[in-house]
Amino acid sequence: MEKPSLNYIKELSGGDAAFEAKLIAVVKSELPDEIAEYNRNMRDSAFAKAAENVHKIKHKFGILSLEKSYELAVEYETELREGNTKHKKEFETIVQACIYFISNF
Amino acid sequence: MLNCIIVDDETAARTIVSHLCSQVDNLNVIEEFPNALQAMKFLNKNDIDLIFLDIHMPDFTGFDFIETLKNPPKIVLTTSDRNFAIDAFEYDCIVDYLVKPITLPRFVKAMTKVQSFKAPTAPQPSASVAASKSDESTDKEMYVNIDRRLIKIEFDKIYLIEAKGDYILIKTEDKNYTVHSTLKKIEDKLPDSLFLKVHRSYVINIKKIIDIEDNSVLIARDVVPISRSNRPELMKRLNLL
Repeated sequence: MEKPSLNYIKELSGGDAAFEAKLIAVVKSELPDEIAEYNRNMRDSAFAKAAENVHKIKHKFGILSLEKSYELAVEYETELREGNTKHKKEFETIVQACIYFISNF
Repeated sequence: MLNCIIVDDETAARTIVSHLCSQVDNLNVIEEFPNALQAMKFLNKNDIDLIFLDIHMPDFTGFDFIETLKNPPKIVLTTSDRNFAIDAFEYDCIVDYLVKPITLPRFVKAMTKVQSFKAPTAPQPSASVAASKSDESTDKEMYVNIDRRLIKIEFDKIYLIEAKGDYILIKTEDKNYTVHSTLKKIEDKLPDSLFLKVHRSYVINIKKIIDIEDNSVLIARDVVPISRSNRPELMKRLNLL
């Protein structure tokens, strides 16, 4: 499985450590809320709303340099809008990897 | 110096765009807004040169926001959704379309475009559906943007169009298509001779009706509700014995 990294953040920061810390802190605070809302919507079978959450979470995949996972999230978002949960397990595994990764900072 | 604002409901996205702005000469971020309504209030009292605008926001999308602006400044769209590219071309004020996560080289390229961009004019109506009622070449079909591909759909193959939040589901004899658009936008593209809105969430091809019972219509395999206000128009359009 693809692993999260700080490659994008480091490239974007151009060595600005303060910006790196700021962006990581934002992701660390924003992602869990988005995941919690996604989980609530999935529990309620509110798939269109869950698709909105996936839309936001996929940007976090991009920030954590998860290019393939981003593409999977694009597909999963479309599926959810049609009430299909085919890629649920794969998506949620990636989400867990992201949470674990950012908890180290 | 270009004074700009950032409108995006995601803090991470605003943080990134703000940082990118700080890397480029002549850009001054005046304010950041988590939603379009706050930005609208600000723009009622302040003139700015450039807006970095997310499309996908709750309640009020970036395109809805643009439609409210009388004299829109230059706009750079920032989005995680590639399906809006065709909509963006419908607005004269949109300079560029940045797909998240945005990189510095791509941002710099967009800013070069901004610098050389001509003064914007009033926005034109947008659509994910590329067709026009007034264009004879589009009498029989339209093109929809799905995953960066423009797919042709013949009007007479469509039997039902259903609103699903920010999306519409176009049902045809062969296949169903989910398109980022609204029922209102697609209604403007459909030939009136074939299509009729029977409910706020449904437009049907009246040639495909199998039967009508009370407040519902059977069309192919779908039973669609008919709202009370739309029923008279439907009855008028039928060749009743």
